Amino acid sequence: MADAQNVVLMQGIGKSFPGVIALEDVNFSLRKGEIHALMGENGAGKSTLIKVLTGVEQPDRGTIELDGKLIQVRSPQHSQELGISTVYQEINLCTNISVAENIMLGREPYRFGSIDWQKMNELAHRAINRLSIDIDITQPLENYSVAIQQMVAITRALEVLSAKVLILDEPTSSLDIHETNLLFEVMRKLKNEGIGIIFITHFLDQVYQIADRITVLRNGKLVGTFEAASLPRLELVAKMLGRNLTELNALSKVKSQEEEKKVKEHLVEAKDLGRKGSLEPVDLELNANEILGIAGLLGSGRTEMAGLIFGIDSPDSGSLIVCGEKVNRFSPLESLKRGIALCPEDRKAEGIIGDLTIRENIILALQARYGWFKFLSKPKQNEIAEKYIKLLGIVTPSPEQLVKNLSGGNQQKVILARWLATDPKVLILDEPTRGIDVGAKTEIQKLVMQLAEEGKSCVFISSELEEVLRISDRVAVLRDHKKVAEYAGDVDDQTLIHTMAGEL
Amino acid sequence: MKQNSLLKRVRESRLLWPLVAWVIILIFDAIVEPGFFRLGIIADPVYGKHLYGNLVDIFNNGAPLMLVAIGMTLVIATGGVDLSVGAVIAISAAMGAVLINPALGNQLITNDILTKNATNTPLVLIVLADLAAGTLCGLWNGILVSRARIQPMVATLILMVAGRGIAQLITNGQIMTIYYTPYFWFGNGYILGLPVSIYIVALVFLLAWVLIRKTAIGLFIESVGINAKSTFYSGINEQNVKLLAYTFCGFCGAIAGLILSSYVHSADGNNNGLNYELDAILAVVMGGTLMTGGRFSMFASVIGAVVIWTFTVTVYSLGVPANALLAAKAFLVMIVIMLYSDYTRRFLNRLSERRGTQHGTAD
Repeated sequence: MADAQNVVLMQGIGKSFPGVIALEDVNFSLRKGEIHALMGENGAGKSTLIKVLTGVEQPDRGTIELDGKLIQVRSPQHSQELGISTVYQEINLCTNISVAENIMLGREPYRFGSIDWQKMNELAHRAINRLSIDIDITQPLENYSVAIQQMVAITRALEVLSAKVLILDEPTSSLDIHETNLLFEVMRKLKNEGIGIIFITHFLDQVYQIADRITVLRNGKLVGTFEAASLPRLELVAKMLGRNLTELNALSKVKSQEEEKKVKEHLVEAKDLGRKGSLEPVDLELNANEILGIAGLLGSGRTEMAGLIFGIDSPDSGSLIVCGEKVNRFSPLESLKRGIALCPEDRKAEGIIGDLTIRENIILALQARYGWFKFLSKPKQNEIAEKYIKLLGIVTPSPEQLVKNLSGGNQQKVILARWLATDPKVLILDEPTRGIDVGAKTEIQKLVMQLAEEGKSCVFISSELEEVLRISDRVAVLRDHKKVAEYAGDVDDQTLIHTMAGEL
Repeated sequence: MKQNSLLKRVRESRLLWPLVAWVIILIFDAIVEPGFFRLGIIADPVYGKHLYGNLVDIFNNGAPLMLVAIGMTLVIATGGVDLSVGAVIAISAAMGAVLINPALGNQLITNDILTKNATNTPLVLIVLADLAAGTLCGLWNGILVSRARIQPMVATLILMVAGRGIAQLITNGQIMTIYYTPYFWFGNGYILGLPVSIYIVALVFLLAWVLIRKTAIGLFIESVGINAKSTFYSGINEQNVKLLAYTFCGFCGAIAGLILSSYVHSADGNNNGLNYELDAILAVVMGGTLMTGGRFSMFASVIGAVVIWTFTVTVYSLGVPANALLAAKAFLVMIVIMLYSDYTRRFLNRLSERRGTQHGTAD
């Protein structure tokens, strides 16, 4: 069934790692001038499929055709030579040199033995114009937003490597709405030029906004490839999860049931709490049995506020009272002892300790509270680890698995487990659902609501308004390092968006 | 299946490579020099009957390096490095020498002093001062790294250079010969026919093992070495963890200095413990602890130190001149680095995988 339209045709791809079958008999095709979304939960096999296509991993079986010719992708470098380019979420360009240099790196035009800057800038300019972007290409890359940096990466992929296939791996995770639209315009333009684009994302909205076809993977197997227009959104989610959606719907009902509010118990009171350069003084109250949602754009001071309450930084103004006691010394250890926990925003850099086992990661904070010499015995450690693996549904063959081998959602659960093991009164979650799949997302939301019901005070920070609104009792909005408003949980999203944008 | 996992565990064990290296060197010795393993019993006028032979020498002479390797393992596991241990050895040695005879540094050595063989300072005090000096050095390094947040290599470089100067200040610029028999016991004495230094290493190792593995410190050290930021976010005071590692490393250097100066009957600010930091780093790397920090095995590092000394003794007993030793050592380093490279590892993995699947089909 050789389709002349196909630029990439992968058939019967199989790949297994010790103990895991990552891909099993997966077929995938990408047409010329198509935007093809690759969907699936974490661990579904998306990244492995991409790794096979880009030569990072060699498939155990199956064939790959490029433009109708059988190919064997030996290495990532080789895949670029073949015309398959990947732009990752974390941009791998040099931010301290100019845009033009970044685009032309390795292809600089020479004149009399030295770089012909004029010509280089001209070429780079022409290249980036192809995406209809007009920026000063002599500026260092770091002067531009992440979105523009991504465009530069794409330009480089197209121009220098003359890509036929472009793989965009979670390109929109760190972009705001405007930037995302900019990226989509570029994608549509490239599509019209006949380039095949594989688009990996967790945002369902975006898939429907831009994708022509959708391929769904689950547990390493192909669920199917569908025309985006003829696949209802609910059905897509159901296919990704492999179950029906009553569970998802049930979630919003739980909240409406527990309408009757108990007497508010102040656990944390912040007065004029602030720190120069990161957060202007805020007043904030955290109550037991309550979820406080924090809405705000990236860089609005959300993370800084969480960091101040948890003691990552010391405030230089205001006061913080936790359970009736004024806090004088700020450090994570002090907060831990007071019963405050923080699941940080950057899971990899601030959360997990990749080369330690799940067991060790889970008991770490508890052990920190016990100190150096009161070492939890191995059976006790195992007991705690097993308990939380079961409670949170962490998918792993054994507690002795290294955390770095887990999927994003499971890593997040391990960090949650680490803090739940210390039995905190206040739980601050900074973007706990970023970059994890729909299933795990729902589970984490459900868990947070459960914890609040059990009497904990939860702070839920997220870029996804829908999520914040769904589970919060109150919503605080931050903008430009300032708390600008606080609403009851039944506020509508329009009001929130306007507040975040500063139009209210 | 069970066999397979055992094989895997052996292959992944940090002890594998240093042991393999050691056995290879020993086999080489057995072939080239039949008398290499000969052990004898000698009656010593001072220390009584004891064992002698190359193997005893390896452990006796290698003791200071083993001690330093134990301390260095912890520092490297936190993601740091301590370049100053050689200088710490010199300071500790100088401290001991100067306390045994405070006058020696200032006077020309006369027959009167030479024959005196006595000191006004109690031996306990001398040992304690040795240990305190080294531990303080370690503490200083730890403060620079954890509190002042200076990069470990730069921070310890300060004491690496300054330490030798301090040692010379202590001894007033002289090479001090020690004339005090009880002090020689640490480097030359025997208990039950085995060198005292072996017992000291065992004791320090045991102490370290209990301190590190029977408390949460080992876990915290590994955690800091893998991801210091996450560790901090988990409520662990990573600064204190680092401080402890450097201080302990200084303590180990101090004991090494004690044994070394006792063994050679002198303290020389310029040459005591010269290049020990590099040998210790090599021993730790051979023991499979990554230079970037994380998982560690102190025992594997000790074996690494044994390998280095076995190699050294082998080279000497082959009659290679002392000034060619460094070149020979470079050869060892090269082989070690090649064995530990990703390439070799991948090659071995592939080899055993293939064997595993063949085995599977044969069943």
